[in-house]
Amino acid sequence: MNKLFIAGCSILYLLLLFVIAYWVEQRRKKGMNILDKSWIYALSLAVYCTGWTYYGSVGRAVTNGPEFLSIYLGPSIMCALFIPLLRKLLRICKTQRISSIADLISTRYGKNYTLGIIVTLCCVIGIIPYIALQLKAISSSFQLISNTRQNIGADSWNDNTYLIAGILSIFIIIFGTRSVDASERHEGLVAAIAFESLVKLIAFIAVGIFVTYFLFDGFSSVFTSAHTAGFKEFFTLNNGFGNNDWLAMILVSMLSIIFLPRQFQVSVVENTNERNIYKAIWLFPLYLFLINLFVLPIAMGGKLLLGNTVSADTYVLSLPLHFNKPALSLLVYIGGLSAASGMIIVETIALSTMMSNHLVLPLIFSSKKMELNGEKNTVRNIKFSRRASIIVILLLACIYDKWIASSTSLVSIGLVSMAAVAQFAPATIGGLYSKILTRKGAIAGIITGFSIWFYTIIIPSFVNAGFIDSSIMSDGLFGIDWMKPQALFGLTSMGLLAHSFFWSILLNIGTLIAVSLVSQPSRQEEYQAELFVNIYKYQGITGGPGMWKTSANISDVNALLANFIGAARAEKLLSSYAQRHKIPFNQKEADPRIIDFSEKILTGVIGSASARFLVSSIAKEEEISIDKVLSIVRESQQVLELNKELKKNSLELSKAKEQLTEVNEQLMKMDVLKDEFLYTVTHELRTPLTSIRALSEILFDNPEMDEEQRQHYLEGIVKEIERLSHLITQVLNLERYESGRQKLNQSAVDISYLINGVIESINPLLKEKEIHLEFTQPSSMILLQCDKDMIRQVLYNLVSNAIKFVPDAGGEIKIVCRAEPDELQIWVMDNGKGIPEEVRELIFDKFFQAKNQTIQKPIGSGLGLAICKRIVEMHGGRIYVEPISPQGAKFVFTLPIS
Amino acid sequence: MKKILVVDDDPYILMSLEFLMKKNGYQVMIARNGTEALEAINTVKPNLILLDIMMPDVDGYSICKHVKSKKDLKDIHVVFLSAKTKETDVQKGLDLGASMYITKPFSTRDLMKKVNELMQ
Repeated sequence: MNKLFIAGCSILYLLLLFVIAYWVEQRRKKGMNILDKSWIYALSLAVYCTGWTYYGSVGRAVTNGPEFLSIYLGPSIMCALFIPLLRKLLRICKTQRISSIADLISTRYGKNYTLGIIVTLCCVIGIIPYIALQLKAISSSFQLISNTRQNIGADSWNDNTYLIAGILSIFIIIFGTRSVDASERHEGLVAAIAFESLVKLIAFIAVGIFVTYFLFDGFSSVFTSAHTAGFKEFFTLNNGFGNNDWLAMILVSMLSIIFLPRQFQVSVVENTNERNIYKAIWLFPLYLFLINLFVLPIAMGGKLLLGNTVSADTYVLSLPLHFNKPALSLLVYIGGLSAASGMIIVETIALSTMMSNHLVLPLIFSSKKMELNGEKNTVRNIKFSRRASIIVILLLACIYDKWIASSTSLVSIGLVSMAAVAQFAPATIGGLYSKILTRKGAIAGIITGFSIWFYTIIIPSFVNAGFIDSSIMSDGLFGIDWMKPQALFGLTSMGLLAHSFFWSILLNIGTLIAVSLVSQPSRQEEYQAELFVNIYKYQGITGGPGMWKTSANISDVNALLANFIGAARAEKLLSSYAQRHKIPFNQKEADPRIIDFSEKILTGVIGSASARFLVSSIAKEEEISIDKVLSIVRESQQVLELNKELKKNSLELSKAKEQLTEVNEQLMKMDVLKDEFLYTVTHELRTPLTSIRALSEILFDNPEMDEEQRQHYLEGIVKEIERLSHLITQVLNLERYESGRQKLNQSAVDISYLINGVIESINPLLKEKEIHLEFTQPSSMILLQCDKDMIRQVLYNLVSNAIKFVPDAGGEIKIVCRAEPDELQIWVMDNGKGIPEEVRELIFDKFFQAKNQTIQKPIGSGLGLAICKRIVEMHGGRIYVEPISPQGAKFVFTLPIS
Repeated sequence: MKKILVVDDDPYILMSLEFLMKKNGYQVMIARNGTEALEAINTVKPNLILLDIMMPDVDGYSICKHVKSKKDLKDIHVVFLSAKTKETDVQKGLDLGASMYITKPFSTRDLMKKVNELMQ
């Protein structure tokens, strides 16, 4: 295809990225959210899939079969373990405004310059080849599609690389260094990266479908053809490349999705919300699965159709080219461009922040000549230093590409870089969870691990390239046998990567722990260790627990900040912080929390070590003992706990209030019930009182009444008075039972004897009304523990009721006493009209009859059955009524036999 | 001679009122429940009814309502005699058109005075 056309398309694509990044940033400025951030976050993590993934996986599959999958398996496994680690990292980085992996490690170990420098140098050395590889992928795919050469990733250097690096550096400078605060997020840029992830996925799947379904008849067709052709390597893991490499690859890739600078950048620095993680842990593995789905079919198809005429690394692009599909070829090329450029952009931003903050700025700040001379200069200095870093990094990558890469094997460069950054894992992860690790240990561990990495992986590649005499490989360094780079300490059974990873990590961890144990941490270190390990404890403590008893003029603090972020913004940030936390701000002395806050802002701009350095240069610090620090920490802790306690208390209070309201409501209900009861009682009293008053007034006013009538009236008065006193007694009894004041006076009672006693006392009434009463005695004597007087009252009430309700002629009452296994039943039956079903439970309520005028006007007090019920319940028994045929009511009450 | 109907389900109250009314020169009829009362009202058409409220079958309010709704009955004076003493009960009785609402227990002398006033 035409070279200019392809170049034009490439530039158009990059312009599209500009537009997306710019558009998102504009929207953000206006405060508009257009896209779901959790999706963008998950997609941006796919910057993990570089041009090496895009082209190299197929190449690797051709030589090593499904082994390529292990570097995608690692991250997928890691995603499951991701949440606690990443959450903690995020929390720490957000609170301490950490902007890079170098900053993270240096902050953990006492905000130390040395560590920052070491980590940054390791990153640069480890990552530059990786960036170079991406540049190469772009330039050689460009040549391939424009028909100027055949292979990606082999031999000669070409000038396109400079051009590509130049264009990309412009993009990175524009969108990566807009703000001096590196801990601030680049949302436009991340959106562009997420977009690139989509493009490369679509392009790769497109070519996969093309190969699988258009050149072949689906997956099984590809696999069968490969099998028939005898391509055994596609189906096995064991092909002599290194028995343990796949395991090492999984481990290395697990670590790399956090420790590769670009992954740290997207997963931690650019992350806007901890909740984003939860979508990423399934979406990111899904992405990896999809982008690897067609690797094997493409590899097989390429080998079957193109064979060795082209490098296996180019199958992805060569296949559509070979079968003359220009549109698809262009799409594939753009996909590769997006994979490689995405990686370069993010990696360069991350590296340049590190370089600038940990290599360049410390030099500037620590040189005595440097004066903080005004905001504009400082900001310009920082931006310049970061932009220069970007250019230096890309330049270094070009140089590497030109001088070294052409003679080394490219496919494994990604893994080599990953193995390099894996050296940060022990000090970082260890530092998150253990307080015993010290700065000296971290330095020793990282240097040891990195040196072994260099010696066991890079030296052999230098030997291959002919820079170093090959005698070191066969005889060891200085002729020492156990110093052979690929068989350290005589270990020969491992592959290159596994060997290197094993020794470097083992010795890294060993040195880290050993040196940590023998070295003393500084107070600053101990303090940071506490903050890191127990980060969740310090949530919500204003400004963090103060390590230093700092004193500084507020104007100095203000001026320092102004140098970096501008006077207006410094003033605004400080005063709003003071306001938010109710810190006095307008006095001359700055509150230690203000100083701490300023240091954090500066950390975001220039890294923790430089920030510490600058702040201590304006503040008089009195280092206080660790005991004091811990006591301060504990105090804040206690304040927090006190707060929690208070919250709990207030919760309990409101609960108590609810309960009170409930009780109050109940009381009010009871009050209503009591009022009703009282009203009913007085109402019941009124009727006999009315008669008594009327009768006696008439007697008094009419002395001329004849004797018979007079007698009749007096009898009425006596009866009504009896009724009155009976009522009063009943009310008082019931009140006594209900209040619980009446205690049971229990004794062993012969039930038959008791029943006979009641019958005897009531006999005159029975005779008068000609009622026949029959008592069926139990077969043997029953002795029962109960309150004799109360049970007699129950019986008396029931029999009196029966008498009231039996028919005037032929009234019959039967009493039956039955002993059941666990209770005694006493039945009182009459042949009256019975109790309607709907009121059988209600009749035991107080004054039931009085309130229900549909039945006969009460002849008693209206309390008899209520009293019965109360007494029986006090004894633990039940009382109820049943109908009997042909007519009548059967009252039953039970008493438990204990 | 003016006719007075006494309605109550308590025999002693009924007895007392019957005696009182007769002694004061009225013609007295008695009813022990609502049904009897309605029957008496429709057949005899008294000039005044001494009416209890709480009765087993038909309550006093219904009887008063019946009386006041009939054109030929509505001039009958209704005097409630009741143990229901709540303000709302009294108001309800008066709203139904009763001439008086007297709560139990009452003074027979006062009652007589009021009945005599109504009957003049």
